[in-house]
Amino acid sequence: MESLSASDVRHIAALARLELTDAEVEAMRSQLADILDRFRSLAEVPTEGVEQTGHWANIYSVTRTDQPERSFMRDEVVANAPDHDGEFFRVKPVLE
Amino acid sequence: MTMRGETRLPPVFMPAHKAREMLAAREISAVELTQMVLDRIDEIDPQVNAFLQVTPDLAMSQAREADVRLRGIGAGDGPLTGIPLMIKDNISTNGVATTAGSRMLGGYVPPYDATVVELLQSDGAVIVGKGNLDEFAMGSSNENSAFSPVHNPWDTGRVPGGSSGGAAAAVAASMCFAALGSDTGGSIRQPAALCGVVGMKPTYGLVSRFGLIAFASSLDQIGPIAREVRDCADVLDVIARQDVRDSTSVKGPVDSYAKDLDLGVNGLRLGLPREYLVDGIEPGVRKAFESAASELESLGARVEETSLPLTDYALAVYYIIAPSEASANLARYDGFKYGFSENDASNSREVMDRTRGRGFGAEVKRRILLGAYALSAGYYDAYYKKAQQVRTLILREFQEAFEKFDALLTPTSPTVAFPMGSRVDDPLAMYLSDVCTVPANIAGLPGISVPAGFSGNMPVGLQVLGPQFGDATILRIAYAYEQATNWRFSHPVI
Repeated sequence: MESLSASDVRHIAALARLELTDAEVEAMRSQLADILDRFRSLAEVPTEGVEQTGHWANIYSVTRTDQPERSFMRDEVVANAPDHDGEFFRVKPVLE
Repeated sequence: MTMRGETRLPPVFMPAHKAREMLAAREISAVELTQMVLDRIDEIDPQVNAFLQVTPDLAMSQAREADVRLRGIGAGDGPLTGIPLMIKDNISTNGVATTAGSRMLGGYVPPYDATVVELLQSDGAVIVGKGNLDEFAMGSSNENSAFSPVHNPWDTGRVPGGSSGGAAAAVAASMCFAALGSDTGGSIRQPAALCGVVGMKPTYGLVSRFGLIAFASSLDQIGPIAREVRDCADVLDVIARQDVRDSTSVKGPVDSYAKDLDLGVNGLRLGLPREYLVDGIEPGVRKAFESAASELESLGARVEETSLPLTDYALAVYYIIAPSEASANLARYDGFKYGFSENDASNSREVMDRTRGRGFGAEVKRRILLGAYALSAGYYDAYYKKAQQVRTLILREFQEAFEKFDALLTPTSPTVAFPMGSRVDDPLAMYLSDVCTVPANIAGLPGISVPAGFSGNMPVGLQVLGPQFGDATILRIAYAYEQATNWRFSHPVI
């Protein structure tokens, strides 16, 4: 794998919705490059045909009875919001 | 270091089960015991900084209720009734601020309790406060806390380990009898080792994660930190429950983890995987580990060296999978629903970018970027998929090992607690602190760290790993070793 460029870091940061300063981009670039370089050793392990493990028990589709129960009240849910009108979260424009 | 005779210990220095015996015998009340702990926190914590928040009013009201229950009235009592405990601050507490050590959650007050907190409260436990941690549990030194780092009670110029550093330091400095931590790659066991206390990561699924602020969901597990193995078993007996609110939680195979602690190790087969004695292991750690293995052999265990070659790849697997899951889990922090928000922006996209750019600390950003990279188009197969495949092979390797052995012995950490500031600028060096602990998370195994002496003046931990649901076995091995040695009587002087 070729080494990581500043524009690679900016691209990933945009995907992850993270605003970074120029100094952060440079620091992250060199640190991430070191880390990824270290992880290259994984390529040594033969894995052809090996299935992936998401977690050790690989539990799928756990179901339960669909019974109504008490949930949060609206005022409890919006109480922690930076901005709300008691009923809805209030946000800046999404489309301009 | 001081060696205190067990009988003359002031109550705050006792292991939880001894304090519980005093409560049962009415030699002390829960209110008195709680007040002693709160006084101790006031006196000591300015030097340690283990608590992000102390909750004296909550604690005293729970202590009064515990005293009623201890008199046989009301809901009855359990192993933790009247025992003051700390909760790591990434575990949700209803009405009590929960920050995960992040500026992002400054001011956030959960409207609900984590399942483990409900279970502790229904047993009558007393919650004295919330434990400091590395931001979102990402770190091995506690220096990533957005609020200020924790100091190791054995030497306040050194780190306590992480990410449950506040929990381990508070237990070591006798500011609580036990604590709940969380362990994604060693975050219970490594700080327990570095602070000279016992820390256990149960089998994945044994304890509900509902209400734990998610870091890496396939690896995260809540577990106890305490001064003695019996106390960890008592806490586990209270919190190990299947929970419909965590679909990955399961019912454990035994009813009580405290019941069979004293069965001993005679005839147990213990493997010593040589890959855990890594290059760069501190000579004092190796020496303490080898003495611990000999001690278990002299107690009747059959100890044999073995090899788990894939161990060398576990750190890479972990540092791909954990950040990948973190990058997805932390997508919820958008500046709209709760917590920190950077409103100096003209549209919602900017609010999100700036909130996340300014609300998260450097290590959290590094892991989000690493995860987003490993999951992104063009790199997914080489990193994420590859790591999930190697994870399968690591699981198989452990399965084969546990056909031959009842448990594996390793050091918990290759070094003792390091000086504060010595690794903060080198993320890779920091990640290497987790080399002995991450394999258990990758494979969902239970692991426990128990004090195994000192290297210089700093504590060393022995790690015992078991097969999935071998929790009772590793507790029994740790207990046999603990009872055969005197390390549990050493307390830091602070």
